[in-house]
Amino acid sequence: MSGAVPLDLAALESATERALRAAETTAELAEAETSALGKRSALAGAHRSLGALDEEDRRRVGRELHELRGRMEALAAELRRGLHERERAAALEADRLDLTEVVLGDLRSPIARGRTHPVTQTRDALEDVFVAMGFKVAEGPEAETDWYNFEALNMPPSHPARGMYDTFFLELGEPETIVLRTHTSPVQIRLMEAAVREGTLPIHAVAPGRCFRRDTADASHLPVFHQVEGLVVDRGITFGDLAGTIEAFTAAYFGPEVHSRLRPSYFPFTEPSAEYDITCTICLGAGCRTCSNTGWLELGGSGMVDPAVFLACGIDPEEWSGFAFGFGIDRCAQMRHQIPDMRALVENDLRFLRQF
Amino acid sequence: MRAPLSWLRDFAPIDGDVDALVASLDDLGLMVEGVERVGEGLGDVVVARVLEVGSIEGADRIRRVLVEAGGDPLEIVCGAFNFGAGDLVPLAPVGTVLPDGTEIGRRKMRGVTSNGMLCSGRELALSDDGEGLLVLTGVAGVEAGAPIVDALGIEPDVVFDITVEGNRPDAWCMAGVARDLAARLGLPFSLPEPKVRSAGPAVASLASAAVEAPDMCPRLTVRVIESVAVGASPALIARRLTMAGMRPINNVVDASNYVMLELGQPTHPYDLDRLGAPGLLVRRARPGEALTTLDGVERTLGYPGRGLGETGEDCIICDAAGVPVGIGGIFGGASSEISESTTRVLLEAAYFDPMVIARTSKSQRLRTEASARFERGCDPLGIDRATDRFCELLAQSSRDAVVAQGTLDVRGELPEPITITLRTEAVNGLLGTGLDTAQIAGLLGPIGFGCEASGDEALAVAVPSNRPDVRPAPHGIADLAEEVARIYGYSRIARSQPTWAEPGGLTERQRMRRRVREALVGLGATEVWTSSLVDEGDDATVGVVARPIGIANPMAQDQGWLRRTQMAGMLRALSRNRDRRQGAVRLFEVGVVFSEPTPGRSSGERSGPGGAQEAFLPTEGELASVLLAAEGDDARVAVAALEAVADELRLSGLKVRPPEGGEALPGLHPTRSARVLSGAVQVGTLGEIDPAVAEAFGLEGRLGWLELDLGLVVEGGVVPRREERTRPISRFPSSDIDLALAVDDAIPADEVGDVLRAAGGDLLESVTLFDVYRGPGVDPGRRSLAFRLRFCAPDRTLTDHEVGALRAVCLEAAERQVGAVLR
Ligand SMILES: [Zn+2]
Repeated sequence: MSGAVPLDLAALESATERALRAAETTAELAEAETSALGKRSALAGAHRSLGALDEEDRRRVGRELHELRGRMEALAAELRRGLHERERAAALEADRLDLTEVVLGDLRSPIARGRTHPVTQTRDALEDVFVAMGFKVAEGPEAETDWYNFEALNMPPSHPARGMYDTFFLELGEPETIVLRTHTSPVQIRLMEAAVREGTLPIHAVAPGRCFRRDTADASHLPVFHQVEGLVVDRGITFGDLAGTIEAFTAAYFGPEVHSRLRPSYFPFTEPSAEYDITCTICLGAGCRTCSNTGWLELGGSGMVDPAVFLACGIDPEEWSGFAFGFGIDRCAQMRHQIPDMRALVENDLRFLRQF
Repeated sequence: MRAPLSWLRDFAPIDGDVDALVASLDDLGLMVEGVERVGEGLGDVVVARVLEVGSIEGADRIRRVLVEAGGDPLEIVCGAFNFGAGDLVPLAPVGTVLPDGTEIGRRKMRGVTSNGMLCSGRELALSDDGEGLLVLTGVAGVEAGAPIVDALGIEPDVVFDITVEGNRPDAWCMAGVARDLAARLGLPFSLPEPKVRSAGPAVASLASAAVEAPDMCPRLTVRVIESVAVGASPALIARRLTMAGMRPINNVVDASNYVMLELGQPTHPYDLDRLGAPGLLVRRARPGEALTTLDGVERTLGYPGRGLGETGEDCIICDAAGVPVGIGGIFGGASSEISESTTRVLLEAAYFDPMVIARTSKSQRLRTEASARFERGCDPLGIDRATDRFCELLAQSSRDAVVAQGTLDVRGELPEPITITLRTEAVNGLLGTGLDTAQIAGLLGPIGFGCEASGDEALAVAVPSNRPDVRPAPHGIADLAEEVARIYGYSRIARSQPTWAEPGGLTERQRMRRRVREALVGLGATEVWTSSLVDEGDDATVGVVARPIGIANPMAQDQGWLRRTQMAGMLRALSRNRDRRQGAVRLFEVGVVFSEPTPGRSSGERSGPGGAQEAFLPTEGELASVLLAAEGDDARVAVAALEAVADELRLSGLKVRPPEGGEALPGLHPTRSARVLSGAVQVGTLGEIDPAVAEAFGLEGRLGWLELDLGLVVEGGVVPRREERTRPISRFPSSDIDLALAVDDAIPADEVGDVLRAAGGDLLESVTLFDVYRGPGVDPGRRSLAFRLRFCAPDRTLTDHEVGALRAVCLEAAERQVGAVLR
């Protein structure tokens, strides 16, 4: 035993604990921590006095002091949490506002109007054109089963055409059963199934909506995008009707100087199939960089409804014929407003959005 | 596919303006993505013989070269080192303009005059090789002084870069493009018959062929060529492969590639002596079976994948002893590759089930020129011509080669030949054309369809074996109609516009959605588009507790879930705008959020093969969310926004009520938020963003929030609408009465307003809350609500007496029904 004053650790602990517990706010607690655990605290003093003890005591008392400090720090943290909760509750309480008694007359109304998103504006404008042409506007779910997104559209499992779509699969049920729709074409199937069920054929409808493809975003593609689909099922509908309808819509939406042309193409759900181009909206057909000097811009796909699709929906292809077409709403907006990079549409920068 | 015009001309005398050819190809559905002109601008380049090579003092990257090209020796400075005295090399004399536009001038470098330039293959646009000069030594018939175009037989050529659609495997080769183009241009088309001299032993004495999986490989053929000398291909073959985008390797591999490009049939040559046992065996891969492919990658086969149809059934090619030597139809193995020492070649040519190739190509993430063709469907009967053509080409480059007699041909069930009865009326009915039967036959015949008259105004059309896209009737009628339209020209089909009696229109939901947007725009809010694919953590931060729906194959972890709220996305959008110093804004979004399927409540949807199964889709709710972050915006502004939307949609009876029992609404300030109710149904929430949530998104200050479920607001009769009948406007003056009522805190102000409104009856025009007061003079637990009541009669001016009586009635009702005390 050395001559140093023996340390009363129990007293030190209770004094420290008392000091911490006395704090009623997080600020007081911070102060209490400084004085009870900081450099000038009794605890720190006790540490310093260890030097006076002999080897064995120093080790034992040192360990006890260390444990004591640990307990005190844990206590402080717990107290801090409690005080923080209490202060937050008090602040929120002080902030209380009864939303049933808002005096509306006190609120200023804005002077400037906001804007709808350019994609909304484009969608509305397209809908208006099609409504005027006699189309109803239909919608369908964004998450679809493989039947609606693929199989009924003449793409059975492991059909190579399924590979053309980079599909997002949802973690629901069997693998690849539920997908985020890769196009608006599943709405075609829903319209036809419903018309057969309810005996309401013919169909003249367009279906705008959000689609998803596992595709890296770039200047002209977004993994989440919008399409509009058109479907006509009636008696005596021809490929000439398809070409005429696309021409009428093109002129109505883009203006009378913009025309359309159809080129043979391939889609599993239409036969004959056609890709359609419109007059380049930049050069009006004269040829420029945007259209690679062809005077044309690719807009979408179309064709006569494939007999396999009719049969999947229970429609007799001998009695009914029809056409379908689809194209990107975002792409239309991009063309119309000459948006250099499509990613601007999802960045939500007000300086961009306010231009429309 | 890159198609040189000179190659197409092997099959039809195609001529004319390149632009017109491009237009024809486009119109045939063979979309031309680019046109490249090669071999032009070489008229001045000559072959030169190197006489002498010397160094230049002080320069180690260039040398002085003395060449002779039919005239006096010329001094040239050259930076290439892959040649020596005696070599023949291309020389561009002074004044030459190279294909890339460079003009060659006389230049002096380090005291040496350069009288022209010695050229690499790349500088002449003849190859991709820019490393050294294009050395011509040893090329047959090349002499110094000759123009290089004569020496190499170069003709100016045009290469079309064509995209062939997935349903046209027949057109994915030179002959196929030429066939379509000839039909369109009215030119004769012919496939030259390959000439093969078979000598030597019978093929069966040299190799075997067997198929254990005839469903995967319905036809396997094997031929053997002996005494082969492996070396460089003839110039024409190498040049055409290069123009078509393939690198020449050796005469054997090149011949195989050439045949594939020309006829569309992939073949695979093996070194017969490097096969463990001579011959081929085609079978299913065993689970876990491994093979090293030509690219040196070890590939494991035979494991089922996660996706539909990924059965793990892979088709492999083995040697006669059953040791794998290749993935059927996709990629050869490294072990039996053709090398310089190869003398005996075994040629495999097969027909594979397209689905099998597609499946393995997908699961192995391995797409080759061969697999792409097989998965679209090759011509099972075109194999013989292709292997003959291979033998013919190999015999040309390897003079002593001996083709063994016969072909080993293992056949299972090949696709049935199809004949379709095509009524002329059906074609015209689908296309809207007025073609006669002979015209239709005239369009289909030149592209290989056999057409014979079949009764009145109909054809019996035999589908050629290279058109797997054409199905039996009834589907085949549409397929043939497309062929008719394609060759006839889509642009020549007269356009018409169908008409019908039913009017077009929007649904109620669509009209209402537009009006919601209209109302919010009127509040100065700007619409944003935030992602439907989100970070699960973000939704959790804003207090959403419902189980998230994950994406099985997300592009990034922070896009791995379907959103359950728009709040997180909109807070992010606001935060980004604040970073760009555009913080005082109002944002809104209208869109779909997802929650787990509720099988009990909704019926299942068709799914699975044949649509015979039932699956439950996620529940999709459509929300209109508004984030109010303009200067001074707070929860009260959210209430005003609700009023504006309700007014625009003519909604009536919506109530704002604090959450019950201190329960917090997700993401919202616990004491400054409320539910929006219609009767007992919650149709939305409003208030302020919880400061802690705002802080988590790096935002501070009060942020108002309004969220409405459009489905509930608009559909199903949940929310009553204000009636559309107009109230006549009185010509008589109105009278205002103000009532300051002390009311218990527990009674919502709008309830007091409703009581006043009901009591006031028809003469009460409006009730407006204009002041709220708590403090001295009002008992604790109560507040003073000041209402302005405006009275008006349609047919007279109300007297003071009448107004007084109405006031008394209203006051009395408030006192009795909600315990109000007049102050
Ligand atoms: Zn243009």
